[in-house]
Amino acid sequence: MNSPLHVREFEKRRSEASPLVRFMGVQKSYDGTVLVVKGLDLDVTRGEFLTLLGPSGSGKTTCLMMLAGFELPTAGEILLDGRPISRLPPNRRGIGVVFQNYALFPHMTVAENVAFPLSVRRMSRDVIATHVRRALDMVQLKGFDQRKPAQLSGGQQQRVAVARALVFEPELVLMDEPLGALDKQLREQMQLEIKHLQQRVGVTLVYVTHDQAEALTMSDRIAVFDRGEVQQLATPTELYEAPRNAFVAGFIGENNRLPGTVISADGEWCTVKLEDGPVVEAVRVGEHGPGDGVILSLRPERISPLADAGRHANRFPAIVEELIYLGDHLRVRVSGVGRSDLVMKIPNQAGDLALRVGSSVHCGWRREDVRALKDDPR
Amino acid sequence: MTSQAAILGGADLSGALRVRKPLRARLGPALLVAPLLAFLVVGYVLPILGVLWRSVDNTEFRTELPRTVKALASFDGGDLPPESAYEALHQDLVDAQNARSVGIVARRLNLVTTGYRSLILSTAAKAQAMRPPYREAFAAADPRWGETAIWVSLRRLSRPVVPDFLLVAIDLEESENGIRHVDPDRAIYLDVLWRTFEISLLVCGLCLVLGAPLAFLIAAKPRWSNVLLTFVLLPFWMSLLARTAAWVALLQSQGLVNKALLELGLIAQPLALMFNRAGVLIAMTHILLPYMVLPLYASMRAVPIELVRAGISLGASPLTVLSRVYLPLILPGITAGAMLVMILALGYYITPALVGGTQDQMLSYFVAFNASQVLNWGLASALAVLLLLVLALLFALYRLLARVAGPVPA
Ligand SMILES: Nc1ncnc2c1ncn2[C@@H]1O[C@H](COP(=O)(O)OP(=O)(O)O)[C@@H](O)[C@H]1O
Ligand SMILES: [Mg+2]
Repeated sequence: MNSPLHVREFEKRRSEASPLVRFMGVQKSYDGTVLVVKGLDLDVTRGEFLTLLGPSGSGKTTCLMMLAGFELPTAGEILLDGRPISRLPPNRRGIGVVFQNYALFPHMTVAENVAFPLSVRRMSRDVIATHVRRALDMVQLKGFDQRKPAQLSGGQQQRVAVARALVFEPELVLMDEPLGALDKQLREQMQLEIKHLQQRVGVTLVYVTHDQAEALTMSDRIAVFDRGEVQQLATPTELYEAPRNAFVAGFIGENNRLPGTVISADGEWCTVKLEDGPVVEAVRVGEHGPGDGVILSLRPERISPLADAGRHANRFPAIVEELIYLGDHLRVRVSGVGRSDLVMKIPNQAGDLALRVGSSVHCGWRREDVRALKDDPR
Repeated sequence: MTSQAAILGGADLSGALRVRKPLRARLGPALLVAPLLAFLVVGYVLPILGVLWRSVDNTEFRTELPRTVKALASFDGGDLPPESAYEALHQDLVDAQNARSVGIVARRLNLVTTGYRSLILSTAAKAQAMRPPYREAFAAADPRWGETAIWVSLRRLSRPVVPDFLLVAIDLEESENGIRHVDPDRAIYLDVLWRTFEISLLVCGLCLVLGAPLAFLIAAKPRWSNVLLTFVLLPFWMSLLARTAAWVALLQSQGLVNKALLELGLIAQPLALMFNRAGVLIAMTHILLPYMVLPLYASMRAVPIELVRAGISLGASPLTVLSRVYLPLILPGITAGAMLVMILALGYYITPALVGGTQDQMLSYFVAFNASQVLNWGLASALAVLLLLVLALLFALYRLLARVAGPVPA
C-alpha cells in the first residue's frame, strides 16, 4: 500500500501484461499410474470468460480443483498473478468457487451464506450488511435474505452461490458445471445472467461444462479437453469454423465425417479421395501428405442443394433418403459421395423446398467449408 | 377425459375417488402390530407400572395390621395413643403370630428404624400371654411402647401409599417436622446418583473423543468404510458378559496389558487397572463406542465434501470451517450419539459390577442389591424410579435442544 509510486506503477503494468493464471506443464495423477491431466499449458487472461469444455472424465474438474487448491499437481506449476501457488493453501488464494451442487451451507440463511466470506475476513457488521445487500440485489434475490437454502428453488440457490462467490470481490471465480442441475429453460436464462454479470463486474471467470452449446453461448475463449489434454484453445467462432482436429470438429456442433485418403496436398489445400466415393477438394489442416488417411469434416448447414450447388468446386449427385421438418430448418439425409448418412440442414426460407424422399438432388459445398483433419488415432 | 371429468362433476372428483375402506381393511394394520403391542404392554409397560407402584405401595403392611390401621386413623402423634389402639395392635399381633406372618411387619418397620424388628418379634411372641390393660402390658414387654416414636412410625405406615422409599432414594426422610435430610452416615444414594452421572458423562466424552475421528475416517474414505464398519460392529456380535469377562482377563494385575507393559519395561509394578474407576471407564467406553460411532458416521456421511471446500475457498481457515460449518451440520449426530451412550451408560450394571471397585458401583447395582440381597423391593423400586426420572429428564433436555437447534436439512 505504501510503496513508492513508481513501484506501484511497475507492479500494475506487470500485472496487466502477464496473464492472471498460467498453467505450466501441469500434470495430475490420482493413482500414480494414469495421468488424468497430461502436461497442461494454459493462460487465463485478465477479465476473460474462459470455458473448459470436454466430455465427462476428461479432467476438467481436476484442473479446476488444482487451481482452487484442493488438489496438488503431480508435476508442473500454476502461477496466479505471476506467483507460484503450490504452497498457498486454498483459503488464502482468494478465488471464488461455485460448485456443481451449489454447496450452500444448509444451516445458514441466504444472508448468512453470502456474509460468510466477509465475516471470516473480520469485516465490520455494517460493511458486511451493505455488501450482502448489494450482492443479493445483483443476483435479483432482494427479500430472500432470511430464507434457508432449502426454501429456495434450484435457480435461486444457484444465484445465492454466485453471489457468495462474488461478494468478497475476488479477481478470479471458478464455476464447475454450475447449471448442470437446472432444467433446460432455466439453464439458458442463467447462462446469459452469469455472462452479463461477469461482464458487468469484470471478474475473470474459469467455467467448466460438458455442454458445447453452453460453452459457445457464454465464453470469450474455450479450451476443449479430451483425455486430460487441451485439444484446442480458441474463440467460439474459431472452434466452430476452424476445428484443429477430428475430436474438436465432432464435439463442437454437428458435422459429417467422411473418411478418405489424401491424393495431393499443396500448402493450404488438398485433394482427398473418399472411401467408395469421389475426389473432394478441402482445406488442409495439419501436416499430412499423399497417402495419409484423413477425415473430412463438413458442417450440415454448409451443404447446399439445388441449383446454387453448381457454383461450388465440390458438387455431387445425391438421393433424398429422409426429410425431417423442424420448423426453422429442414434436416435432410441423403445418399451420395459413397455414403448414405450425409446430413444437410436447409434453412426454411421458401416454405416448401420441393424436396421429396427419393428425389434426386445435386448437393455441393465450397472447398473452404470442408476440412481435411488428420485421422483420429482412436 | 373431459367427458369423464364432467360426469364425475369436476370439483367433486376427489370425493368420488375416495374409496370407502371396509372395516376389516382398516383393522388390518392394527392387527399386524397387535402381537407386538400386546408384548410391549405385558413385558414392558406393566412391569414399569408395577415398579412405580411398588415404590410407594403399602398394602402388605396394612393387611397384616388391619385393626391397628383403623385405630390409628385419628392419632395425631402428639401423645401416646389411647388404650383402644394398644388393644387393636395386640389382636393384630396375635393374629399375625398365629399366621406366622409377623416377620413381614417386623421387617417393614425395621426399614424405617433399625431395631424395630426385634421389638415387634419379641412383643408378638409375648402377645398371647398379655392381659389388659394393654398399655401397661406393652410397656412391660418393652419400654419403647411407652414412647411416641414407634407409634408415629406405625401411624405413618398405616397409610395406603408411603413416600419413604422414594425419599430415601434421594437421601431424605419424613420426621415430626416435615421432610429432612437423613443423617450423613446414611446418605448414600445422592452420591451414587452423582457418581452414576459422572461415570456416564466421562464414558460419553471418551466415546466422543475416540469415536469422532473414527467416524470421520469411515465417512471420508468410502473404500475402507466396509472394513472399518465391520470392526466397529464386531463387538455387537459378542455377548456383553463375554466382552466384560475379556476385559477382566486383559486388565487384571496378571493380565495381558500389565504383562505386556512389564515385559516392555515401561512399568516396574503392575498398574491397578481393575476394581477401580479406570477399569470401569475402559470397559464401558469400549462397549458403548459403536453407539457413538454409528450416529456420528451417519451424520458425517450426509455432509458433502463440497461444503467444507466451499467454506475454505471462501477464505475460512480449516478451524473456522470446522466450527462454523462442519460441527453445526453434524450436531444432530453428536447429540444422538451422546444421548444413546448416556442413556445406556446410566443403566449399566454388569460391567461396573465385574471390573469396578466398591466406589465405582452405579445406581443399577443398588437396585439389584436391594432387590436380591436385602429383599427391600420398595427401595429397589424407588431407585429404579429415580433412574427412570433421570433418563426422562435427559430425554426432555435432548428434545428441547433439538427443537432449539432446529431441523437441519441434509
Ligand atoms: N479424487 C479422485 N480420485 C481418483 N480418481 C479421480 C478423482 N477425481 C477424479 N478422478 C478421475 O480422474 C478423471 C478425471 O476426472 P474429472 O477431473 O472429474 O473429469 P471431468 O470433470 O472432466 O468430468 C476421471 O477418470 C476420474 O475418474
Ligand atoms: Mg467434473
